[in-house]
Amino acid sequence: MTSVPGASAVRIPWATGQTPRRFLRAALPAISLALVILGIAWLNQRAISYFGLNLMLNLGIPVALATIAQMFVITVNDLDLSIGTFVSFVGCVAATWLRDAPLLGVAVLLAGVGVYALIGAVIYLRNVPSIVVTLGMLFVWQGLAILLLPKPGGKPPDWLHGLMNFRTPYVPFPIIAGIVIAVLVHIGLMRTSYGAILRGSGGNPNAIARAGWSLLKTKIIMYALAGIFGVLSGLALIGLTTSADANIGKGYTLLSIAGVILGGGEFVGGRVSPIGAVIGALTLTLAGSLLNFMRVSPDWQVGAQGAILIIVLAARALINRTDGRAS
Amino acid sequence: MRFWLKIFSRPWIWSYLGALLVWLAAIAFTHGYGAGGMLTAGLALAVFSVITGVAQMFVITLGPGNVDLSLPANIGLASAVAMKVMDGSDKMIAAGLVAALFSGVGIGIGNYLLIWLLRIPPIIATLSASFIIQSAGISYGRGLQIKPPPGFAEFTSAQLAGIPLLAIGTAIFTAGIGILLHRTIYGRSVLAIGQNTRAAWLSGIPVERIRCATYVLSGALGGICGALLAGYFRGSSLEIGDEYLLNSIAVVVIGGTSVSGGRANVPGLWGAALFLVLLLTMLNTFGVSAGIRFVVTGLVIIGVIIAAGGQKAAR
Repeated sequence: MTSVPGASAVRIPWATGQTPRRFLRAALPAISLALVILGIAWLNQRAISYFGLNLMLNLGIPVALATIAQMFVITVNDLDLSIGTFVSFVGCVAATWLRDAPLLGVAVLLAGVGVYALIGAVIYLRNVPSIVVTLGMLFVWQGLAILLLPKPGGKPPDWLHGLMNFRTPYVPFPIIAGIVIAVLVHIGLMRTSYGAILRGSGGNPNAIARAGWSLLKTKIIMYALAGIFGVLSGLALIGLTTSADANIGKGYTLLSIAGVILGGGEFVGGRVSPIGAVIGALTLTLAGSLLNFMRVSPDWQVGAQGAILIIVLAARALINRTDGRAS
Repeated sequence: MRFWLKIFSRPWIWSYLGALLVWLAAIAFTHGYGAGGMLTAGLALAVFSVITGVAQMFVITLGPGNVDLSLPANIGLASAVAMKVMDGSDKMIAAGLVAALFSGVGIGIGNYLLIWLLRIPPIIATLSASFIIQSAGISYGRGLQIKPPPGFAEFTSAQLAGIPLLAIGTAIFTAGIGILLHRTIYGRSVLAIGQNTRAAWLSGIPVERIRCATYVLSGALGGICGALLAGYFRGSSLEIGDEYLLNSIAVVVIGGTSVSGGRANVPGLWGAALFLVLLLTMLNTFGVSAGIRFVVTGLVIIGVIIAAGGQKAAR
């Protein structure tokens, strides 16, 4: 990063008459999702049906929830490397204790959220880099998941399985779930006054602190929210699959970061978009199906996700550059 | 007294003390049995952590946000490239090493181009690059079951009076790295950029060129490490580098390098690498399960970073 402290001050894009490009930027995630859907429709029309979409987008729900969790952490200029193994841990708890001893299961999941809040407090109070602390937590969650479920197995609670396989009329359940998640988080984070404080604590922490808000509190809240959505992601994932294993959420860390960035989130400065993040997560999920229809070897599935990320970032860099403002 | 004060004010001394402590705990448990063997095995494994640690140290020292997440994918691909080029023949060892080096250098250049062209944070750039490298590695290394040439395999596990040859070589290499970091224009520039990029730029340091060189250096070291790992573990695999993403960062942090950049510590890398390897050895001799091992490793990393604390942001 070439930026120096102080250079990351808030920019006021709407004050300089760049509305069309700003719109283009905001529309970028939606455009990429539309392109992927069009590609699928072109290659296999039958896939764009109630049943097909349900099938393709099912696994998009846990990815979208994990992406939202990551987004909260990125909002305060941090990065959570442990979300993937946390999702695995939640999955293991859900498939064992939550089924056999619901009270214990709920208590453990709440404790997980508490640990997340604690991490936020520690990162703020000791002024340590989030990457290293969450790196340590990655090992901790992984270890706990293995202790809980050394071999793949377990079974989701029936209510959870029923909920995740719910068939809504006309519109597939994953789409409705995605819209509900996006709108709820959008209202909470983008439309409330405290949401603005939360985002501001990432955009300009000094200003927020001088205005009398506690940065410790905002950090704890954002990490706790990340924990809550991590729990939801793990529950959703286990509801969809029939059993758990200790590595079930392995790819989620990278997917969630990619989803946030794909959805128009900036890496620093509290500029994020919940709706974009959900769209980004769904785009990454659908990209896999598109590649299948294109008969791309599964070897290149991961690579294609990387390529999509780079193309979108390149498009964004291009829009920024024609704007004449370097990022 | 003053000598001891000076010694203990060094950030890296704690990693060596930690390593010594876990080693003593392990041999106390076995009543002294296998004390030397543990050290030999520890040194051999620590080599790979040190090499990736050096790579990550230079990148992290460039300043906040700089980290190379593509190391594991890089190592996996390079291990496959090296084994394919060597093709089990002793004559091709040098060619294989050069091929692995070039693979790594190419990845380093690619990483830097992404950072520079797209103006994205290095974390995101190396992350997206690692997706693509991973796929390239899967596609290239599919069904690859080539054993390393006997000469190369022997070299990677050779010992001199109980000390692995590779560890001696790496010790000399890290001494060179210490000189590179503290006594050359390149090393000083890296430190200066990490301390204050703008000031470094204003004083005429070619910031972008140095950054480019650093990512290329990191890539190259990853490539070499991949080839050596394939020799040591008798064959390449894509997952061979997986543990070195976390390991390289952990070694840098525990070794006393500042995570906010601008201050690097070479001797600490060895102490931290030995500490982490011997910690696992100790837990193994205690006979704990894999789950506990993970939890303890994680808590140790968190404990060290909390104890070390972060720098207060300069204002």
